This record gives sequence, C-alpha cells and structure tokens, in this order.
Amino acid sequence: MYPENLKYSKDHEWVKLEGNIATVGISFYAQEELGDIVYVDLPEIGKTVKQNDVLAVIESVKSASDVYSPISGKVIEVNEKLKEKPEIINEDPYQEGWIAKLEISNPNELDTLMNAEEYKKLIGA
Amino acid sequence: MNKEIPLIKDLHDDNRPTINLPDPLEDYLPEKILPEKLLREDIPIPQVSEPEVVRHFTNLSQRGYGVDTGFYPLGSCTMKYNPKINEEIASLSSFANLHPYTPEDLSQGSLEIIYKLGEYLSNITGMDKFTFQPSAGAHGELTALLIIKAYFKDKGEKRKIVLVPDSAHGTNPASATMAGFETIEIPSDERGLVNPTILAKYLNKDVAVLMLTNPNTLGLFEKDILKISQMVHETGALLYYDGANLNGIMGYARPGDMGFDAVHVNLHKTFSTPHGGGGPGAGPVGVKSFLKDYLPKPIVEFDGEKYYLNYDIKKSIGRVRTFHGNFLVLLKAYCYIRLLGPEGLKNVTEMAVLNANYLKERLKDLFHLPYPDLCKHEFVLSGKKQKEKGIKVLDIAKRLLDYGVHPPTIYFPLIVEEALMIEPTETETKYTLDQFVEILKVIIKESEENPNVLKSAPHSTPVGRLDEVYAAKILKVNWK
Amino acid sequence: MAYTPHTSKEILEMLKAIGVSSIEELFNDIPDDIKKKAKDNFILPPPISEIDLINEIQNLAQKNKGEKFISFLGGGAYKHYIPSFVKLVAQFPNFYTSYTPYQPEISQGVLQAIFEYQSLICDLTQMDVANASLYEAGSGICEAALMGVRINGKKEVLVSEGLHPEYLETLYTYLEAQEINIVKIPLNKNGETDIDFLKEKISNKTSSVIIQNPNFFGVIEKELEEIEKITHQQDALLILSIYPISLGILKAPGEYNVDIVVGEGQSLGIPLGFGGPYLGILATKREYIRQMPGRIVGETRDINNRRGFVNTLQTREQHIRRAKATSNICTNEALSAIMAAVYMSLLGKKGIRKIAEICFSRAHYLKDLLNKEGFELTYPNSYNFNEFVLKTPIDSNIVIDFLKKKNIIGGIPIKRFYPERDKEILIAVTEMNSLNDIHFFITSLKEAINKN
Repeated sequence: MYPENLKYSKDHEWVKLEGNIATVGISFYAQEELGDIVYVDLPEIGKTVKQNDVLAVIESVKSASDVYSPISGKVIEVNEKLKEKPEIINEDPYQEGWIAKLEISNPNELDTLMNAEEYKKLIGA
Repeated sequence: MNKEIPLIKDLHDDNRPTINLPDPLEDYLPEKILPEKLLREDIPIPQVSEPEVVRHFTNLSQRGYGVDTGFYPLGSCTMKYNPKINEEIASLSSFANLHPYTPEDLSQGSLEIIYKLGEYLSNITGMDKFTFQPSAGAHGELTALLIIKAYFKDKGEKRKIVLVPDSAHGTNPASATMAGFETIEIPSDERGLVNPTILAKYLNKDVAVLMLTNPNTLGLFEKDILKISQMVHETGALLYYDGANLNGIMGYARPGDMGFDAVHVNLHKTFSTPHGGGGPGAGPVGVKSFLKDYLPKPIVEFDGEKYYLNYDIKKSIGRVRTFHGNFLVLLKAYCYIRLLGPEGLKNVTEMAVLNANYLKERLKDLFHLPYPDLCKHEFVLSGKKQKEKGIKVLDIAKRLLDYGVHPPTIYFPLIVEEALMIEPTETETKYTLDQFVEILKVIIKESEENPNVLKSAPHSTPVGRLDEVYAAKILKVNWK
Repeated sequence: MAYTPHTSKEILEMLKAIGVSSIEELFNDIPDDIKKKAKDNFILPPPISEIDLINEIQNLAQKNKGEKFISFLGGGAYKHYIPSFVKLVAQFPNFYTSYTPYQPEISQGVLQAIFEYQSLICDLTQMDVANASLYEAGSGICEAALMGVRINGKKEVLVSEGLHPEYLETLYTYLEAQEINIVKIPLNKNGETDIDFLKEKISNKTSSVIIQNPNFFGVIEKELEEIEKITHQQDALLILSIYPISLGILKAPGEYNVDIVVGEGQSLGIPLGFGGPYLGILATKREYIRQMPGRIVGETRDINNRRGFVNTLQTREQHIRRAKATSNICTNEALSAIMAAVYMSLLGKKGIRKIAEICFSRAHYLKDLLNKEGFELTYPNSYNFNEFVLKTPIDSNIVIDFLKKKNIIGGIPIKRFYPERDKEILIAVTEMNSLNDIHFFITSLKEAINKN
C-alpha cells in the first residue's frame, strides 16, 4: 500500500528518485479518496515547477483535485497512457499510474518529505 | 412503462410537415439578395410533426418530480409552493409581450412593478436601494462584490481578500474569484457558528468583505452577528448577506439591522417564484445608501409623476447583463408580497421554523444530530451512525426515491460528515412531515435488515442508479 | 394564511413535540434588539385578496400601452411567434416546479429535454458541444471571454464595436474585475468590423476576438472567413455572438471554424417579458468542453444498461470546485432552454428556415419601399438579415414620438446608446409585422417627416 522506497508529501503525492530524475504520482490513499478517476490534466513538457506548485489536476465525478509537485524541477516526461485510461491511477497508483517525471533542481527538498512510516501515521493507516 | 423515450431526432423524417406559417415574399428571398457564400445549405434540425412533439415532451414531463408532485425538502433551496395566481398573472400579454426597449411612457406598468418591488425588498431586508439586473443568487453575489470592489477602489484601498465561513455555499468563493478576489475560509466553531475569537485572527486591512448567510447553512442563527458586524466594520471591511436563507427570519430580523452593508435575495427561494428545473430565478441586490452610487445602471426611479430609468449613477459598476433583469420573475415576487403582506411573510417564517424544528425533533434519534440547538428554517443531520454500518446517505437518498419522496440535500455543508440538509418549508402539513419520518424509519430498518435494497436503489424510478463515471468518460453531450 | 396549511391544533401539537410553549420561543436565538428593530420597521402594504390583486394588476397592465402597438423594436430581443405548445410546456408541473436535477433518476424528463436542447443548439450552430444555458447574451459573452482566457492564458480581448452596446458594457464590468484588457475594433463605413484595424491591433497577446453577426446595426459581417484567418494566425480564439433565427438562412458558425458561440436565445420561443427571463446560448468545440461554464447534461447508462441522462463534468462547477470553478453560475435558465427545445422541435428545419425567410423578405421589402420613398439608410451597401439603420432628416425622437401617436413604435433611436447619433433609428422586422403594418409604417413615417 505504501512502498518503503518512496517519499511522501502531506498532500498525498509520492516521489521516486533515480539519479536526478524524480517520478511523481499520488498515493493509494489519495486515489481511494478521489474515487473513480475520469480525467487527468497533465502538465506540459518543459514546464518548471517549484515545490508545492500545482503540477496536475485529477478529476473524479465528485471532485477535481490539484496534484502539488512534491519537489522543484522541470517536467521532462508525462504518462501519456493516462489520457486514454485515467483509471490506471486507481488500479496501480505506484507503477503504471505514475503521472510525470521531473528533472529536479534541489535534491535537498527530499529531506522535507516523509518516509512510508511517517506517511502511514499521517493518514492513520 | 419504463421504456426509453426516443430522442426528438429519432422521430425525424424529412417529409414531416412544419407548423402553418405564411409564405415569405418571393421577390425578396435571401438567395436573390445575399451572396451564396453567406448562405446555409441545410439545417440539420430534426423535422417532427406537432402531435409527435407534444406527445414527446408530455411523456418526458411525466418522468419527473416537482413541488406540485410531492415533498421536496432540499436544504437551502426553499422548495415552497409556487402560487398559480402568479403564473397566470405573468402570462398576461401586457407583461409577457412587452419589449424591454418600449418607450418609458408606454411601459409604466412594468416600471412601477420594478420600483415598488425595490421598495418592498428594501423594507423586508432593511436596505436602501435595490438593483434587479442580477438574474440568480450567484449573479447577485458577483454584482455585490463588484460594488464592494469599486467602493474600496474609490477610497484608494486595495483589499484583496474575501472571507467566508467553511460552511459557505460554493457560489460564494466562486463569485469572489470572478470578482477578482482571493477567498479565505474561516473554520466554524463547535457550535457550528462564526466565532468572534476565531474571526479576529482573519481580519486585517487586506480583507474587503465577510460573506455570511444568516441563518447559516446549518440552519443556525449566527448569534454573535452584532459583534461580528462591529469587528468587521472596525477594520474598515464590509459585511455581505447571502440571502439564500431569508425564509428563516422574515419579520424577526432584517439583514440591514444586523449590520449587513449589501444583500442579495433569491426570489426563486424566499419569494415563491418557481425553480424551473434549474432556473430562471432572480437575485436582486440591495445596498445601504453609501453604496448606492456604485449600483449597476439603470435603476428605476419615480419623479412624483412617472417611473423612469435613471442612468445617472455616478460611479456605477456598469451593467451585469442586458435589459432590465428577469422581469417576469420579479412580477411573481411582487404578487406574492402583495398577497401576503407583512403578517403573511412573518407567518411564512414562523411556519417554516416550526416545521423545521418539529422535523428535527422527530428525526434526532434516528440519525446523529451534530447541532442539537434551536434551528431556524432548516437543519442538518449526519448519517455517520449509518456509515459505521456501511450505509451512506447517498444510499438512503436513492431509497427515498422509491418511496416517492425527493431526498434532502446530501453532502452539503462540507463541514458535516455524511450531511443531510433538510428544509421542509412552510407550505407542508404536519401530516406530510410525519409521513416523511415514517418513511425514513422504514428505510433505516431496511438498512439494518436488508442493506442491499438501499445500495442498489432506486428500483421504482424510470431508470436505476446512473453511472456518473461512465458519463464523464464518454462525454456524450449531444445526439450527434 | 392561504399557503401555510397549519391548523391551530396542529401548531399546538408541534410546539409540544418540540418542547416549547409558543412560536416566539422558536426565535429565542435572535437577539432582542434585532427582533425589536424588525418588528418596528417591517412595514409593507397590508395583504390584499386575490380578487383585489387581479384588479391591481389589471390596472398596471393597462399602463403598459406599448404592448398593443405595432412594433419595429429589435436590438437583441425580438417579437417572434410563440407556438401555443411552447407556452403549455412552461406550465408542466414537473418542469417548472422542479429544481436542478441533482437526483437524476427522478428527473429524466428535465435532463433529457435539456440534452435535446444542447443537441439542437449544436445542430443549429454546427458546434460540437453546448451547455445547459446561461442567463442571457450579455453575461454569456463575458463567460465566453473568460473561458477564452482560461484556455490560452492571455489577458487581452479584441471586441468589435458592432457588438450590442449592452454586451460591451457588461464585458467591461466583468473583464475589468479580472484585469483583462479590452481593445475595441471600430466599424468601417459599411458597418462591418474594420479588418485593417483588427490586423493592426491583434497580436500573440490576444486571447480572443469577439464579433457579433448580424451585428447590433443589423449588418451581416460578410468577411468572417478573413476574420477567422487573422484570429487563428495569432493563436487567438474566435468568439461569435449570433441571432438564432438568422441561422435559418445564414451559414452556421461551425462552418467558419468559430471557437466559441454565444447568443441570445430569446428568439427561440421565449416571450419578450420586458427583458427577462431570457436564454444565454453557449457552444464550443469539443476540445474546450472542460473549460465551459454552467451545467452540461450527458448521456450514460444505469445498472441495468438502460440509457439515462445526468449532469456531467460537475467538478468544473461551483458546488464542487468552489473558488477554482469555471464560473459561479448555479441557477441558470433551464426552463427557457426547455422551451427553446420545444420551439426548435415544433418548427424543425423547414419551420426555422421559413421563419427566417419571412423575417428577411419582409425586412427587405420594407427596405425597398423606404428606398423608393427617398429614405436613406446608414449602411446602404451592407447586407442585412432582418434589421437595419434608417437615417432620419430630423431628430429621431421627433419621428418616434409622432409615430407613437399612430400607435406605432418605430424602432430604437440609436442615440439611446450613442448620444451623438441623433438622426438614426434601428428598425427590425419579423413575421409578426404584417404587410399592412409595413405599409402603414411607411405612410406614417412620411407624414412624420413632412409634418416636422
């Protein structure tokens, strides 16, 4: 439910860092709260975001939630599959359901995020 | 009985007749005068005979529900009886067929109605002047916020913030955004009200206005309103009244006396004009004198002899729509106020509040009642006891449909878990309320003994529970 | 009191159940000084009986003398024939006494009617998607402009001066609030949007170009193809305001690659009503659907695979998205939209074309007669649908006042909106103006000029 190798933000995003490329998505808890996801408003490639800027918007039938970027960086890739099948986020939020990859600008920001234990505590899991 | 009603386009045949119309003048047909490139070849609108069209829409109307059909306790919507005399009056040719640009001397009847309605609403709300351009509550909110913005600009102050309680209706922050403000939500206290101590932390010179509805969306009267008003005005900010819940206080409180500087009134709620399946409505805005100069122009005025449109409003924010507003809606509200008079309107509030408190008393053991105090015209229950057993208020709402009752508002206000907002209105009998209680008791029993009948409800409506996810995925919004 | 059914016995029973002894106790939560002020100041005229109300209303109705006159008033609202069934539908209880269909299973009638309205508007305009209505065309154009800003993020709109002056006024009110800049594009001597000026003012900072066709002066914007090219070349959006009946003969906006269509739907079976309620039309291309304000009805299925309709994409709207909603609109003009759907269904393609042809031909017949009588038009070289501007040798008010004595409302004096233009009258002709009306109008006009 909450893989140990990821970092989590208080707004329920997760980050996986490989070198200086970060992959971002939303947690299991977040997709459950949203319900069936019907649309994802993906960011443009090349867009730069600061930590906590709105990176994407995820729509279910009962809400449209902002996805805040857990780290600063430049968007270098987005998950095109989400355009046709946004529900992948519900089915597999950590692997196939990734949202965007960023080239990060400030690796220290990862220290401000939570590990799996801390995140589980936050959501009362 | 529950078979699909075909779409109008499914009834199309090129050879069907149209209604009997005179012929155009042969010598002046468009193809003889306009260049071909401007002309349209075909209009793909279906051709259906009149008897079929009549049957189609009559059948559609039977798959529905209205105040005329049954109990409609939607919180904050005030689904009260729509007097038929108002409908008849609004269809009189002299009102229905009058063009808005008819010269003033030939439209004195309609102008007088707008003027007098302004006077009546000013008295009911304790304000000084009304504009009737706003065509809905949200439109009124936007208009008032623009007036407030102009007021501060005039004073040379740049205030960017609008404060709303966390129980506020979604139109409040949405209107604030449209008016170019930023919204900050104030948490309600354990009483469900705006607390002066908490409010103090949010008030500063950057706040332009606090938007409140009173009673609030929990149906509770904001007891500290005079203190709140004082605090807001001390920081130089203004106080705005969202009139959605005016039905709870007529004759007992006036927004103007509580310190509000501007109000909007929902004629399609408090003043009995019909909701029309989602509109039309009207959301006239009233202001205190010091804001008069910013009102949208024109305003109907009386010079002692005749009514006229006054465009000389020095610092007007301009127009918020074309023409004079939803006049035929205004006419119905005028008639309602004339028929009821002050004692009738006070009686409306008394019976609305009586009905709400009675229903609350009878339902408080069946559900969790988060705010047990005296309510006004509506109250909120929480379905959290039922949620613990796996039943959502959504399921209860859908099962109510099987019993021929329109459910209350669900999942609003946002500050109550599994909220059920109930507003019976004053036009319901005790018998109807008692029936509603009995039905809910049966449904709650069902939820314990046979929960699936709720979860798969409704069963007796023309269609079963509809797939909203599928709707959002396929996005089929027309019949092409 | 007629609409509050409670008997005194019931009231007592209910008070007892609540645990209070009087109605007054139910208002203990309101501070005394507030209650006192309300009590002292709540002074309205006393209630009257239904019979007296009817009498009072009849007296007021008689003061609306203009309704009985022969009228050539247009300017965004038109006297068209409203078939009887349209008026009947507006009185169907499940349509007019219902609320927004938040419980779709019990509201399939309203939802399907609105789905059909949306579809008919798409057929009429040749656009992909339409919403369930806005208030009227003025605020509608503002919503379209704001929609454009959301789509491309640019903060400047170019607006033709051919727009109805009240649309222009409303645009300024709405757009200034969000610091969006408005640049006006004047008309050329033919009454059409000045293309050279447009080319000069448009840039890659332009969010949208807003044109009305036919425009306020009744002139058909015949260079729409050119305007579309110029607009799209700068990555701006083309917003077109239309008069629905004119689409019975004029090429549809979809064929011009227009991005957003707005318009006043009053001419689709909605009474003049001294200004409202009317019907704001909004339609657009499919790719912009998520930026549309207002409600949208979509098709779906139920758990038994039956077709049904629901309000869809609600997450754009205020009740879910709140401060970030596409618009604050909640209550719209649903009943007017249903009436328009009935109107379009009753007429069908043949009827809409025919009404348009009657309006067009009678207007051009009048134009011809006026020319023959030596009258001049402001824009003689323009094309018109059913409206045009007549030049008067004397002050237009004198002409209008004279005509009033003959029970004719001769049109709108242009000076109502443009004070310096005091010798022009905007004249509209519809199927409700008989040939006799037209002949009488000409005779009276001649008299008006000769006698003054």
